[in-house]
Amino acid sequence: MMKANPIAIEPGVPGPEPAELPDDFLRQLTAAGEVDILLFVPSLNNRDTIGHVMNALQLGLVKYFPRERTAVLNADGGSHDGTPQVVRDSIITDFRAFLAANPLRTMHRITAAYDNSKGSWGALELLLSAAELMRAKACAVVSPDLLSIAPEWVESLVRPIRRQEFDFVAPIYHRHKYEGLLIKNLVAPVFRAAYGFRIREPMGSEFAFSGQLASRLLESGGWQQRCCEVGPALGVMAAAIANDYRTCQSFLGPRIYQSRRQEPDLVQVFQDSVGALFQGLEADHACWANRDGSSQVPTFGFEYSVALQPVRVSRKRLLQGFRLGVEELGAILEAILAPDTWRAVQDLGKLSDGGFHFPDELWVRVVYEFAASYHRSVLARDHLLQALLPLYRGKVFSFVMETERATTAEVENRLEELCLACERLKPYLVERWSQEK
Amino acid sequence: MADTIMNSLKEMLNHLAAAVEQFLPRLLVMLMIIIVGWLIAILSKTIARRALALAKFDALSESAGTAQLLRNAALPAPRDLVASLTFWVVWIVFLLLGIDALGVVSLRDQISQVLLFLPQIFVAVLILFVGFLLANFLARAALLAAVNANLPFARLLAGSVRFLVVLLTVSMALEQIALAHRTVLIAFTILFGAVMLGLAIAFGIASQHLARQVLQKSFSPGEAEKEEEITHL
Repeated sequence: MMKANPIAIEPGVPGPEPAELPDDFLRQLTAAGEVDILLFVPSLNNRDTIGHVMNALQLGLVKYFPRERTAVLNADGGSHDGTPQVVRDSIITDFRAFLAANPLRTMHRITAAYDNSKGSWGALELLLSAAELMRAKACAVVSPDLLSIAPEWVESLVRPIRRQEFDFVAPIYHRHKYEGLLIKNLVAPVFRAAYGFRIREPMGSEFAFSGQLASRLLESGGWQQRCCEVGPALGVMAAAIANDYRTCQSFLGPRIYQSRRQEPDLVQVFQDSVGALFQGLEADHACWANRDGSSQVPTFGFEYSVALQPVRVSRKRLLQGFRLGVEELGAILEAILAPDTWRAVQDLGKLSDGGFHFPDELWVRVVYEFAASYHRSVLARDHLLQALLPLYRGKVFSFVMETERATTAEVENRLEELCLACERLKPYLVERWSQEK
Repeated sequence: MADTIMNSLKEMLNHLAAAVEQFLPRLLVMLMIIIVGWLIAILSKTIARRALALAKFDALSESAGTAQLLRNAALPAPRDLVASLTFWVVWIVFLLLGIDALGVVSLRDQISQVLLFLPQIFVAVLILFVGFLLANFLARAALLAAVNANLPFARLLAGSVRFLVVLLTVSMALEQIALAHRTVLIAFTILFGAVMLGLAIAFGIASQHLARQVLQKSFSPGEAEKEEEITHL
């Protein structure tokens, strides 16, 4: 029997009370009136980069959508470094200095504050409310910390919605082979195998969606909770896929961002990302359990290549982390993994540095068994995610060893093999998932 | 003379008969209370087992690590253990009530003392249970944090955390039942102080290098970044 889709967007289901919009914000929305394109930049202490981002967005709108009614919305979560002032100062009044042209229509710029205690959902809620009130036909979300953003990003994100009538646009970034390893080796393959769509960046910070999807999301009850739990990008994308909205991806180029002084450590990043993925699988079980294989997603943009900075990797540290985990976390891993898988992981721990190889099939089994254990709450969920980290370090070490001299195309092929292994073993995930709690 | 002896004997026999006559119904009442209590205890055990199954107590204990702890100590599963505990508590209460029904004056005070003591024992058992859960949870959190920070002696660290929490729990439980509480308090203070001092000295000597690394990482993040440049997201 099919279960009801928990994130089905049902207009009749009332959502939580919408946030009360500040008077000043409403005044700005009323003054701007209806728009075709609404770009959104949430910010929190991004003084150094947000001016550049705002300028790139304004230029992108003028250059690629001069006849459309447009607005750029900045929502600030309570910056202490003068970010809102930088935003206010970043108005471009004369575009001829950049483009030899001026916009044919007025471009609006709206600033507001969002409730940072609600996390990223607070900002997205503001965007959805604004999109609804301004009847925006396309909305795009852009990070405030980007250094590599160009006006072309606006076209790449918005054009598929305005011209090809897509409802959700995911980004594709040009990355060094050792960048985004968690996405490449875990999140994207599992997402693709589960949901059946070959999306390369399921957690990309930049994405766009149609006004129609925004309105339906705003009306839906369960979905808002989802966004709080798994983050806006994954939440909106999963909702679009689960409800058969047209989804595509667009090439943006290299994503270089300003690193924060206090970057979250790997444990936190891993817990947040993998936790969001597993949480999403749990919520969307009815949507993915019966899907087989995967289909190509329409991809837009010219995928160019640029030389990226070489990346230093401490292999010793990765392997040491894996071995320490296998040695010390035996009791925990034994409770999560199937006996065969656990034995195979123990055998890996005995391999020499040079001969170390973490087979794809074994890695996929490990991840699926962890996902099923997460669903069954075998351990406290944070602990369970932390127990996967040493094994992930082993997989990363193996990947680095295998692709040391590989070209971009060879790395892509290697990752494709991993994705295919994930798809092949999906019945195993379904079987483990449905085992009794 | 013989009449006097006979009369005394007769009187004694009459007293005995009267006492037996008085005692027999009480004995019967006691037996009834014990049998009814036994039935109620069995019923309580069944209800407790079902309620715990509905509340997914086994899964909770498994995730908290208590089940593993009990398995290691060759004890029954947590649900069975709590159900058995319920059975014995209920039956012991009925046993004491039954003995009280005999009306033996010298036993009455002892029984009321035992009955008054039961809630304290119950609270002490509860403290022990929650303490063991917490000890396992914190020990596992420490183990995972240490392993993910690539720290050596992760298991020793986790074991120390578990030991300290168990020590604190046991002394709280003993304090609850007021068992030699002064001795327990003094012993705990000495032991706790000794352990903390030992740990501080051991940490200071063994991890000078680590402490230097941590401080360097905190005050000059640029140095640490050079070690690893791969990004995960």
